[in-house]
Amino acid sequence: MKFGVVTFPGSNCNQDMIDTLKDELNQEVVELWHKDSDLQGVDFVMLPGGFSYGDYLRSGAIARFSPIMNEVVAHAERGGYVMGVCNGFQILCESGLLEGALLHNNSQKFICKNVYLKPESSSAAISKGLDANKSYKIPIAHGEGRFFAPDDMLKSIKDNDQVLFRYCSEGAEVNDEFNPNGSLENIAGITNKGKNVFGMMPHPERAADPNLSNTDGKLLFESILNNI
Amino acid sequence: MLKNTYYSLRTNRIQRVNMINFVATLNALMETSNQTLATVEQAVELGLLPEEFDLIKEILGRTPNFTEVSIYSVMWSEHCSYKNSIKWLKTLPKEGPHMLVEAGEENAGLVDLGDGLACAFKIESHNHPSAIEPYQGAATGVGGINRDIFTMGARPIAQLNSLRFGDIARDKTKWLVEGVVKGIGDYGNSFGVPIVGGEVFFDESYNQNPLVNAFSAGILEGDMISATATGPGNPVYIVGSATGKDGIAGAAFASKDITEDSADDLPSVQVGDPFQEKLLLEATLELAKTDAVVGMQDMGAAGITCSTCEMSAAGEVGMEIDLSKVPTRQENMKDWEILLSESQERMLVVVEKGKESIVESIFEKWDLHAEEIGVVTDTGWINYHMNGEKVASVPAESLVLGGGAPVYDREYKEPAYYEEYKKFKIDDVAEPRDLVDVAVSLIKNPNIASKRWVYEQYDSMVGTKTMTTNRPSDAGIVNIKGTNKAIAMTVDCNSRYVHADPQLGAQIAVSEAARNIVCSGGIPSAVTNCLNFGNPYNPESYWQFVGAVTGMGEACRKFNTPVTGGNVSFYNQSVIDGKEEPVFPTPTIGMIGVVPDKSKIMTLDFKSKGDLIFIVGESKDDISSSEYLVSYHGVKKSPAPSFDLEKEFELQETIKGLIADRHINAAHDCADGGLFITLLEMAMANDLGFDIVTDAEIREDAFLFGEAQSRVVVAVNEDQEDEFLEFMMRQKVPYTLLGHVTKGKVVVDDLHYGFVNELKDIYDNALAKALA
Repeated sequence: MKFGVVTFPGSNCNQDMIDTLKDELNQEVVELWHKDSDLQGVDFVMLPGGFSYGDYLRSGAIARFSPIMNEVVAHAERGGYVMGVCNGFQILCESGLLEGALLHNNSQKFICKNVYLKPESSSAAISKGLDANKSYKIPIAHGEGRFFAPDDMLKSIKDNDQVLFRYCSEGAEVNDEFNPNGSLENIAGITNKGKNVFGMMPHPERAADPNLSNTDGKLLFESILNNI
Repeated sequence: MLKNTYYSLRTNRIQRVNMINFVATLNALMETSNQTLATVEQAVELGLLPEEFDLIKEILGRTPNFTEVSIYSVMWSEHCSYKNSIKWLKTLPKEGPHMLVEAGEENAGLVDLGDGLACAFKIESHNHPSAIEPYQGAATGVGGINRDIFTMGARPIAQLNSLRFGDIARDKTKWLVEGVVKGIGDYGNSFGVPIVGGEVFFDESYNQNPLVNAFSAGILEGDMISATATGPGNPVYIVGSATGKDGIAGAAFASKDITEDSADDLPSVQVGDPFQEKLLLEATLELAKTDAVVGMQDMGAAGITCSTCEMSAAGEVGMEIDLSKVPTRQENMKDWEILLSESQERMLVVVEKGKESIVESIFEKWDLHAEEIGVVTDTGWINYHMNGEKVASVPAESLVLGGGAPVYDREYKEPAYYEEYKKFKIDDVAEPRDLVDVAVSLIKNPNIASKRWVYEQYDSMVGTKTMTTNRPSDAGIVNIKGTNKAIAMTVDCNSRYVHADPQLGAQIAVSEAARNIVCSGGIPSAVTNCLNFGNPYNPESYWQFVGAVTGMGEACRKFNTPVTGGNVSFYNQSVIDGKEEPVFPTPTIGMIGVVPDKSKIMTLDFKSKGDLIFIVGESKDDISSSEYLVSYHGVKKSPAPSFDLEKEFELQETIKGLIADRHINAAHDCADGGLFITLLEMAMANDLGFDIVTDAEIREDAFLFGEAQSRVVVAVNEDQEDEFLEFMMRQKVPYTLLGHVTKGKVVVDDLHYGFVNELKDIYDNALAKALA
């Protein structure tokens, strides 16, 4: 599969994503620049983490207006695959490709640590290859990661099997104690109705290199590759 | 060739008690005296000594105008000239087998890693700004140190920081901690370089003057960019952010004591913009791959003034600079405002003539300013112009360290407390009956408890190189992708020991740093230092400085770790009721080491129940200057703990051998809180416990909580005990079997201290509770 990793001027996880896709998963990767308006024929667009345009305003609020995002939106509307991690997830919500919003963490602090995720959606490529009764150790690093959606939207997200991951304990229990940022119902990632757009706050690309002694994140990418 | 960045920018400068508000003074004087000749009174108001004013007249062969005097006042400040410290700094070892760039040659030291790679690293203080505006003060400290690294063409890969605050019970301390930590986090998180370690220490000596020392390390692939201007006719560019009025004369502010009026100096604090810094980083590294750059230097203290003078002096050239071409944030900025502004995220670049378009197109790609503001000349003089008028003319060499900047020999005197502290005897302190109570009090002591509340606000994993996230070690370990190597790095200084005995305390600081590198499987390579002291004109403060630099030099020679640079921060003191109250002398050591074989990285966590626990090194009846003595018994006056440099060296060689031959499965050095805390830290990582016996020859509180140096706890797989003992019998260093790893119970001499999860809960949450 041909992946395209978008670099916004303030992206800082773009190289990590490129390294993971190339070195750990042997995929073809092209780098896409925010000022470009050509996706270079990629099958799968990755929006990496970082601070797209500084994000002094709401995270991702400016990035949605960049030239490349017009193409990303068109690609997704044609059914093409798009995934956003952290800042990428924020940009996807701002651009309307995913529902809901990401608010400031309830602690009002940036949080970086390992957390555990419980996979949920049995119809989305990124989670369907995982064990829904197990937890996966994946790091978070964000200040604005508290997922929120109005009641009716949340209901529809759940009804359509769009919840990808929930924050949980090492033993895969989902409850408030293991919710790092106050996300609604511990939601850590969602997909769209078409199941071709994925967004998640945790960073699977930070848990893919054996040198870092945690490769749970690689399993998420493998699930994608095995299921699309 | 002249080199003037021995210890480079953004430190503190000379204190003038009459300099109530430098900016206001400058403003008032400039209103009337721009382009008019300066007087000695004005020079003194700007922080120069009368004899320094005479020296300027001699250099120029005429009386300087006001703008020129302000240039000299900044460049001859302690901050830029090191005039009160250079004599002693020169005694530190500079040479080592792996040094590519030695101290003073460039913005940061450079160590050869092999495989065509080099590591640039440095530590700097941002103490004074952080004292009054902790958020921006700390943030811009992070920005500044990273610019020093990438201005050389190296990509920053990891950061550390060393923070010191006052009594944690004070509201002001809590406010400072919140602001500093958030400032470091917000800047570094956005900039995208992980923080892989650091230290946080609380003591009332820092009540008015917190210390914020930031360290950054970067990897250089290919050629280094030098901070040198050469080639008359080559154009000079300013790149990055526009120049504003923020931070005007911040260096001058940093030269003063912190007082109740310090908040009036708020305009002296710079404002950081990590997004601009990120753009500048990427543009700079892209530029480094071209052949268009002759030299480059970041703008720290004294902004355009300092970068133009230092780059010119380094290349023995001059410059014509047109200040009216500098992009500004507001209209009608005056020439001296542009010259002295410390607006962040700017660089001075000398470009090879004819290659201007390469530079301009890269900066356009990253949406940054790149303005040609002048040209290199062969005159050795820098002429600054504004709107067609020459506003200042100075010889570059006369302004810099190693050139015309003054060098002073300061007087020093041993303070009375030094001998008094040595009178302490352990017998003066009764041994508590309940040592479990002591243990719990130490576990929740903010100097010992987990710093999780702090480090979870920092992105520690961006870059996917941090190897210590899931496997903790005594030092932060950063993977060098594509090689079998990693870099270990640490910052260390127990300033209480340095206060008690500057020479021994500084030896201990270097040794602890080296011990941390060795315990994590690295070989110590080189040192950067951040010397935080009081007023150099106070002989007792200066005695602390001289002692610490002497001890540091001795230890660095022993470990073959040259000092590659760093900075000096004087005037970390407050005048309270007319009396100078300096902070504990704090020579923070930043050390890097190379891990030649990633498969031999050593971690600190106990691996499994039943593993044997040994202590390597000598246990002693010593509680001097321990956290235990100070916090539990309230005894502040005692000497530095027992220490011998030769024994320390032998210990480290032994640990290196144990790791190289794979005899141990965990190693952790005995530091603050003593042996018990060391064992607990090893146990908590995997929710295991320990069962040990103490030594009947040694007082139990000293055995468990004393901080005698040169001790490391190691764990050995039961099956490997014989090989371990065989190896140790060939060593000179003493060692003792303490006990074994348990499933979770913590037991000392058959007394139950609790279960590890209970103790861990206290340890993990104590700091957040104390700050609430």
